[in-house]
Amino acid sequence: MKYDVKPCRILYKREIAQGIFDFLLDAEDFAKAAKPGQFVHILVPGKTLRRPISICDIDAEAGTLRIVFQIRGEGTEILSQMKIGDHMDVLAPLGNGFDLGDTNRKALFVGGGIGVPPLLGAAKKFGKNATVAVGFRNKETAILEADFARAGCRVFVATDDGSMGHHGLVIDCAKDVEADVIFACGPTPMLKAVCELAKERGIPCQISLEERMACGIGACLGCATPLLREDGTQYFGHVCKDGPVFDYTKVVL
Amino acid sequence: MADLRVNIAGVPFENPLIAASGTFGFGHEYQEFYPLSTLGGISCKGITLKERPGNPPPRIAEAPGGMLNAVGLQNPGVDHFIEHDLPWLKQQGTVVIANIAGNTPEDYCAMAEKLSDTDVDMIELNISCPNVKQGGVQFGTSCAGVGGITEAVRKYCKKPLMVKLSPNVADIGEIAAAAEAAGADAISMINTLTGMRIDIRTRRPIIRNNTGGMSGPALLPVAVRMVWQASQRVKIPIVGMGGISKWEDAVEMLLAGASALQIGTVFFTDPYAPVKILDGLNRYLDERNIKSVTELTGGIQPW
Ligand SMILES: Cc1cc2nc3c(=O)[nH]c(=O)nc-3n(C[C@H](O)[C@H](O)[C@H](O)COP(=O)(O)OP(=O)(O)OC[C@H]3O[C@@H](n4cnc5c(N)ncnc54)[C@H](O)[C@@H]3O)c2cc1C
Ligand SMILES: Cc1cc2nc3c(=O)[nH]c(=O)nc-3n(C[C@H](O)[C@H](O)[C@H](O)COP(=O)(O)O)c2cc1C
Ligand code: FES
Repeated sequence: MKYDVKPCRILYKREIAQGIFDFLLDAEDFAKAAKPGQFVHILVPGKTLRRPISICDIDAEAGTLRIVFQIRGEGTEILSQMKIGDHMDVLAPLGNGFDLGDTNRKALFVGGGIGVPPLLGAAKKFGKNATVAVGFRNKETAILEADFARAGCRVFVATDDGSMGHHGLVIDCAKDVEADVIFACGPTPMLKAVCELAKERGIPCQISLEERMACGIGACLGCATPLLREDGTQYFGHVCKDGPVFDYTKVVL
Repeated sequence: MADLRVNIAGVPFENPLIAASGTFGFGHEYQEFYPLSTLGGISCKGITLKERPGNPPPRIAEAPGGMLNAVGLQNPGVDHFIEHDLPWLKQQGTVVIANIAGNTPEDYCAMAEKLSDTDVDMIELNISCPNVKQGGVQFGTSCAGVGGITEAVRKYCKKPLMVKLSPNVADIGEIAAAAEAAGADAISMINTLTGMRIDIRTRRPIIRNNTGGMSGPALLPVAVRMVWQASQRVKIPIVGMGGISKWEDAVEMLLAGASALQIGTVFFTDPYAPVKILDGLNRYLDERNIKSVTELTGGIQPW
């Protein structure tokens, strides 16, 4: 199985911050096949298009997938109202995950806002070799920092208003961290700063991108994003199939 | 088991369900779910004479009961299709339809000529793509345009020729009649209905192209009406599409006058839709002791 559609029972659900929900899904086959950085495509009852949500964490042994998402519109609102015991109709696992390589390297993870959840599963694999810098608007919207710490990662938090951790941008926390490789997900200005950092240091960097999707598997060509060829010319690749994780030297932000 | 086979312009289909162009790529992605022979046929992603990069993103927006798209005919070009996609597709046990679009009549003719020398089963003339400045829709919205392009391509096309009509017209019956008179072997309809969505926070259209083609369940009544109107004007078979998402919709479209069906947007909601639709269609026929699906075509009893 590369990917399939299955009903997944909701085992656990919690609102971990205002409007941000944490769901644990019973998904044995998906948990076996999935890699950190991949995503699931969830049917919203009554809607034509599924909603793409990153896989936050995978427990292959327990056969569960964890997803964390924020209410952004009608679709995520409807999903957030689903209850423990209900089934989500899930198309998964989709896309290419992070290419983790040697997890004995020192890895830097940089996440902003709702771009933080996709990093958890990957950071866990690096454990104490991971330094995680995460930025939020304020203390109330901060999520998952304890999960990263529990996995042994060194964690830095930044908030826009200084209500938690560093008062300022997350990139300030990331700047002085020693690292062999960077993984990042978040808003475009943050990603741009992370790419600058990777370039200065001359280290590899993988970033996870978003685009509006229909099929989620590479058939409809809906989720186009400009990418660079070897010779520097641009073409439209597709986030669902070529990504959502990309080598930073290949993207146009 | 009722007989689900249909014949469109001399091409035999194992069942009347065909994947709609642009929603199914060249089939690779969906064969993860079921063998492509589950479908009667596949209308491939629209191809052009030369490779096209497509429109800048965002290309997709949701709409009540459907979606908008402005992919802009991103495709690798007809030669790439013939060399790389067609040989594999022809081994999948399903009818392969090439959907072609162009800027000029010469483009269409050149593609029809090239494809006539391949083992593609059928050619679908896309004169109804609303998402590119010159994607053929300029040919598709007047009788003279439809007649002219169909007649021109007919001269070069040795394959059964199906003309795909745009719903963005005043009188669909006239347009269908023009295609038939100019030599079309079949008609497929409808392509997407031009639409628009605006982000009220930024005041920007959600789709970078500003407008996009509307598809999905909300289109069904418009499509059923148009198929019904067209079927009263032409004798050639009509392949009906637009918003089919359940077997009941499929039956409706057949009753309206369609001889076969295409499904598109429903793949995004449920990749297994064709399996469910065929199953329901079969049961509907069996329960009523209808021997062949062809008996449904045009079976509507209008007031
Ligand atoms: C690969 C990928 C991974 C993602 N992972 C997460 C995650 O882990 N947690 C999380 O909270 N969000 C994630 N998102 C964003 C999430 O998909 C959107 O917030 C969600 O689709 C919004 O749906 P809605 O109905 O609430 O909003 P609406 O604005 O009502 O949605 C309308 C349409 O636009 C699409 N859309 C709107 N915003 C986005 C967006 N930012 N990205 C893609 N499509 C969008 C919707 O899918 C829908 O088709 C991810 C997006 C992608 C592409
Ligand atoms: C993403 C997308 C891409 C499409 N691309 C094409 C295309 O290349 N050529 C074409 O003739 N029609 C194209 N169409 C139109 C469909 O083939 C079909 O006519 C339309 O979507 C209505 O059917 P539906 O409601 O079942 O999707 C496209 C539709 C969608 C949603
Ligand atoms: S969503 Fe269809 S190609 Fe990516």
